[in-house]
Amino acid sequence: MAILLQFLTGLIFGLGLIVAGMADPAKVLNFLDLTGTWDPSLAFVMAGAIAVTFFGFRLALRRPQPILAKRFHLPTASGVDARVVVGPAIFGIGWGLSGLCPGPALTLLGFGLPSAFIFVAAMAAGMAIARWRDGRQAADVSGPQRAPHQT
Amino acid sequence: MATEFTPIASFLGGTMIGLSAVLLMLFAGRIAGISGIAARLLPPYGDSRPTGRLAFVAGLILAPLAYAAVAGSLPAPTIAASPSVLVVAGLLVGFGSVWGQGCTSGHGVCGLARLSPRSMVATAVFMAVAIITVFLTRHIL
Repeated sequence: MAILLQFLTGLIFGLGLIVAGMADPAKVLNFLDLTGTWDPSLAFVMAGAIAVTFFGFRLALRRPQPILAKRFHLPTASGVDARVVVGPAIFGIGWGLSGLCPGPALTLLGFGLPSAFIFVAAMAAGMAIARWRDGRQAADVSGPQRAPHQT
Repeated sequence: MATEFTPIASFLGGTMIGLSAVLLMLFAGRIAGISGIAARLLPPYGDSRPTGRLAFVAGLILAPLAYAAVAGSLPAPTIAASPSVLVVAGLLVGFGSVWGQGCTSGHGVCGLARLSPRSMVATAVFMAVAIITVFLTRHIL
């Protein structure tokens, strides 16, 4: 039951990306190209997604626990540190170079595009490197404190 | 290459993304952050079993098939970047999203909806850096 629901939520997410046009890197790059062929569509994607999530999370979190799990797993780190600037800056360069971020990249695998497979393989390697470094840093007492949750 | 401005379809698609995030929170108690879900399919494995995350990613990947089955055809996305640029971009996106503990979905949608200061900073930074990157590659270099 839980597995089927997770599959369906992933499916709805991917369908949303396709309907929104976010699964097309050309559209994403045009959203980021303010001084060129600017396409503001993706602002509407964010507006739609945030509006539903803003109210939906508040309703869902009124429950003492999730319907199919023991507890809610919310990020506990709240302060702004270097990681939350450095990480997104590195991510932003890759996003701007390709027009691809993790969700659309995975959905593009289903389109059977060879380019998507190249990107996802490199992305997985980048994620593995970050997780490996994360583990080393957590073991190093002099390093910055490890944030307990991945959003 | 210009793309068509699609405010209605984009808003509708956005609400579907939001619905997915709400359902994942309601049923599994988890944030719909794709970088986190995908990264934790890779070793090292910690506390929880990866079956739920695997099912979510399978849904993401099979969405084009479901779309084609319902709509009868699929839009044709354009990946313009060369293979070498895709490798570099993929490494940066993978590393940066895990290091920054979120990407467009975890910070840009779920985090902003939770009014998280971390996510506000993260979203502002990746938006600004991506806009600068596109400006440099399309208009300067």
